Amino acid sequence: MMKKRIYIWITVSLFIAGAVSLLASQHPDGYEKAGKELGFIDRATSYLHSPLPDYAIPGMHSWLSSSLSGIIGVVITFGLFLLLGKMAGKRN
Amino acid sequence: MHIPDGILSPTILAAGAVVSVVVLAKSVQESKKNLEQTAVPIMGVMAAFIFAAQMVNFPLLGAAASGHLIGGALAVYLFGFWPTTLIMTTVVTIQAVVFQDGGISVLGINILNMAILAPLAASIVYKLLRKSKIPVTLMVFIAGWVSVVATAAFAALQLGASNVVSYRLALQTLILWHSIIGIGEGLITGAVVPFARRSSFFLTRREERS
Repeated sequence: MMKKRIYIWITVSLFIAGAVSLLASQHPDGYEKAGKELGFIDRATSYLHSPLPDYAIPGMHSWLSSSLSGIIGVVITFGLFLLLGKMAGKRN
Repeated sequence: MHIPDGILSPTILAAGAVVSVVVLAKSVQESKKNLEQTAVPIMGVMAAFIFAAQMVNFPLLGAAASGHLIGGALAVYLFGFWPTTLIMTTVVTIQAVVFQDGGISVLGINILNMAILAPLAASIVYKLLRKSKIPVTLMVFIAGWVSVVATAAFAALQLGASNVVSYRLALQTLILWHSIIGIGEGLITGAVVPFARRSSFFLTRREERS
């Protein structure tokens, strides 16, 4: 029973990350917006080259790029938490 | 709310990292004592859901700006403060490492803001309102709004302490934008909580829910 509910929530999450996210607003978020108004966002840089920068697959120029990034992110997040929870949780 | 590299001072970054490490060590200690293995997949799926929901920036009507869910108030309502710090830390770390969303040098501060302070603000609201008779949906809306605005205030203090801008300007501007974004946080939290409850996605031990 609980297993089925978990499958449903995973499916919903995959759908949000893979499809609904394509409708996301491209405007800067609150922190960036404030940074533009106050002039500090120009100092922003990146010390790390991530495999999927800005939720996109490098070199892939279609909606599929961000859709797949979202799906990958949901899978990694679920997987990593299972691992972390197993290590940090109570021992049975 | 994901702060990029290059903005805050090294001192503030280091301080944020230290505080986060100390709090997370306590989180792990707590979960060694209290976190049942059966709850892990449920929390994992909520981590995945929060990751997904954070991707959906909603427009702020009439302004060339957007906001997105943090999810701290949602997770705290379901699982309590300590488990939430682990959920949110997982999300924020993956965003920084895999997606370059939030700077790697700022990871400590971003964890402090979104994985510790936002949930802490929400859990204080729950503690204050738990005994009142207000409907659950309204309570989680308030917790969502307060968590976003409180986190924005802390982010402003970090800017001020880094000598980037004056405390006053940082507080004014960040709180203004996030008092609007917080409405979105409250609405989404209020919309999701009933579904999560119907799925029995919460920890049953009462003391863990506050």
